Order: sequence, then C-alpha cells, then structure tokens
Amino acid sequence: MSALDIAKLLRRVGRITETDTAASPSDYTPPAALAGSVQVRHVDCGSCNGCEIELAGAFGPVYDAERYGARLVASPRHADVLAVTGAPTRNLAEPLRRSVEAAPRPRVVLAIGDCAAGEGAYAQGYAVVGGVADIVPVDLVVRGCPPPPDAIVAALRQVTGK
Amino acid sequence: MTALAVAWQILVAVALTPVLVGVMRQVRARLEGRVGAGVGQPWRDVRKLLAKEPLAAEGAGPLMSAVPVILVISSLVSVALVPLLGIATLAWVPDDLFVVVSVLLVGTVALALLGLESGTAFGGMGSSRHMMIAALVEPTVLVAVYALSVPVGTTALSSILQARMSDPTTVISPVSLLALVALSIVVLAETGRLPVDNPATHLELTMVHEAMILESSGRDLGWLELGSWLRLTALLGLVVNLALPWGVAADLGVGATVIATLAFSVKLLIAGSMIAAAEVFLAKVRLFRVPELLAGSFVLAFLSVTASYLLV
Repeated sequence: MSALDIAKLLRRVGRITETDTAASPSDYTPPAALAGSVQVRHVDCGSCNGCEIELAGAFGPVYDAERYGARLVASPRHADVLAVTGAPTRNLAEPLRRSVEAAPRPRVVLAIGDCAAGEGAYAQGYAVVGGVADIVPVDLVVRGCPPPPDAIVAALRQVTGK
Repeated sequence: MTALAVAWQILVAVALTPVLVGVMRQVRARLEGRVGAGVGQPWRDVRKLLAKEPLAAEGAGPLMSAVPVILVISSLVSVALVPLLGIATLAWVPDDLFVVVSVLLVGTVALALLGLESGTAFGGMGSSRHMMIAALVEPTVLVAVYALSVPVGTTALSSILQARMSDPTTVISPVSLLALVALSIVVLAETGRLPVDNPATHLELTMVHEAMILESSGRDLGWLELGSWLRLTALLGLVVNLALPWGVAADLGVGATVIATLAFSVKLLIAGSMIAAAEVFLAKVRLFRVPELLAGSFVLAFLSVTASYLLV
C-alpha cells in the first residue's frame, strides 16, 4: 500500500469512534491521585482470550478508552490499574500476586469477565484457584462472558472520573 | 538580564514540552480515526506519576532514583544552552555545539546505566541498543552542525543562528539543506521516534527506550518521561530554528522575547504535528537496518561538510 493509498484511506474513514455516552453513576470512589490519568497493565492469568479481544476492542478506535485518560502500558511498574482477565489457575496465582505487588500505590485491581469474578465456564475446574478476589484484593469487577468493550470502558471511566 | 532570558527560555521549554507531546499524540489519534486523550494528557500523566511513590526492583541500587534526576538536569541544561528563543547566552557556559552534544550524551549514558541497573534481561538489551544508536547518532549531529558552522567560522550555536538570520539565502543553500535532512533523521533516532524506535510499543523485543525504563515507577518514571520529552524539545527546537531562523529574538527586549516565544511555540508544534502525521505512514524498521538509515544520514552530513568547503 503506497503512502497515497493510506492517505486516501485516512480521508475516507474519518472518525471511527462511537459518540460519547454519559458516565454511569456508581458508588465506587477511585483514588484521588488517579483522576484524569490512568495507566492500565493487562494481566492474563488463565483466560480463553475472549476477554483479551474485548479489552483490545476497548482501546481500539471504535471505543477509544484513551479519550477518558486511560492508556495501556507495557509494565506493571508503570501501571495504576491492573486489568486481570481469566480464571486464575494454580500456576498463575503467584505471578498475579507479584504483578500486583510490582505496581506502585495507589493501584486499582480490575477483574474483567465472569471467570475473573469467580464464575463462568471454568469455575471449579481442577486447575482453577477460584476468582481473582481469592488471590489479590479486587476493587472493581466487570461481568460478562466476555464483557462488551463499552462495559470495560465504563469501569475505566469510574477510575479516571471522566 | 541574560540569566533572566535563559530562565524564561527554560520555563517556556518546560511548559511547552508536555503540550508538544500531547499535540503529537492527538494528531496521531485523529489520523487513526480516534478521538484522542486531548493535548493536556501528557501533563496529567506526569503530574500523577510525580505524586506516586517509586518502587525499586529487588537488588536495584541507588542509580534507579539518581538517573531520572541526572536525565532531567542534562535535558534542562541542553534546553538552556540551545538557542530556542533568543541568541543571548550565558557568558560562563558556552552554547558551543560540542558542549550541547556532550550534555545530551550525559543523559544518554545515564539512561543506559539505568537499563543495566534494574538487572532484567530487557533492560540490558535496551541499553545495548540505545548505545548502538547513540554511537551512530552523535557523529552525525556533530558533522551536520559543523557543516553549518564552516561559513560562520565558529561552532557557537547562537552565532550560527545569528548568521542565518542576517543572511536568509544561506538557509536554502545545498549545504544547509543536506545538513538539515541529516539532522532531522538523527533527531528522530535520538528521541526514540519512528522509524527507529516505537514510543507506543508493548512488545519488549522491539523496545529500545521503553526497555530501559520498564522497571522504573512512580516519581522516577515521571522524571524520566519529562527528561526524554525535554530532549525532544531541545533537539527539535534546534532543527526548526536552524531551518526557520525567523522570529528568534535578537535582543533581550520584552517585545522581542514575546514574539520569539510565540514564534517558537508555533514552529515547534507544527514540526511536531508533521512528525506525528508522518509516523502514521511509517513502520518501525528492523533493528539491523537502523545502522543503514543512520549511515545514510551521516553520508548526507559528510556531503554537507564537503559542500560547505567547495561551494562557498
């Protein structure tokens, strides 16, 4: 694809992002230090990759979580929010604990999907410990199997407050 | 009076830097069809990071918190030395080309040490790549600006800029154009932009700058981000002022300084937007092809020096 073709494509596509919806009211009070700016580290501790696709969608051009001040980062050291997906397996319980410990305070643990909430298709499996809450303290839960991207964006907006 | 002008220049640069990064991200977001986080987002990010307590990896030494400070100081000194707003400079620190490049190199080496300090495999890998790029970039910066200094007869950046302001025909001479193209390529490499490094990457194996700062957190990370962005302001500011020397304050008057501040802001933000727009069309080149790109820019710089002796 030549540069000219890309330029034409950019022109034709224009703005992809869906229009802004009002933030849903909630009783969750996020740490004040995180207002307006939240770096998210995704931690997969045994997911089927369904939630991964939806999480990628939440940060893609259509849902654009970045407009609310949330951004994906490459290291838990840079993160304020740990977005945990999947049914935590025995092997990944300790790495999850360490990932959360590696994030500087104040930090928020966001459990994404029914598996992370302790239910769903793989609950009570022999390799599954339980929910994310059985391993690390969880602040927010997004339900769904998998949860739609706008539900993930809504949860992130509760943290950024935008 | 000169000290006041330099202090104002540092203040403008520090205030403008998060805006520059925000504009670059916003241009990219709009071209990708997204809404974007807004121009103020980098400033909000840094403010939040500076308020967070840093965590150090087990076994990491004092360099983890010393390097961010060294990087910020080196960037601030280079921002003070490069003639961004006016050609008035401090008498006790020469704004010599070699001084500026050395000051920037202090920050470069400090970053490489930070990558090694954390003791992770990715940190060391990032440091070795960073030093490889630095070794290829520094000669090009020196040779390219040297080419511009030949007609003036001095390597003081303010004198070079003053000569270009008084004789605009030198700006579009072959010497100047070759040197500016070479400089632009190395500025992109030095500040970790595409096609040499991808600032938005999440794949550790492709990282250069990000790999070194993977283990930094909180306040340390905030200073590192600000320090690296200030380098972008200093180097990009040098290039835009050399390419378009108009608007730079020739004296220390208030009027000239206000005009210079506005002109510099506009020039810098337009240059940043152009880089961001160009990045949408680019992919990161393979690491082993980076030396080819940088060798190409060195050749341009070398041709520029040759031309500066032959064509004048």
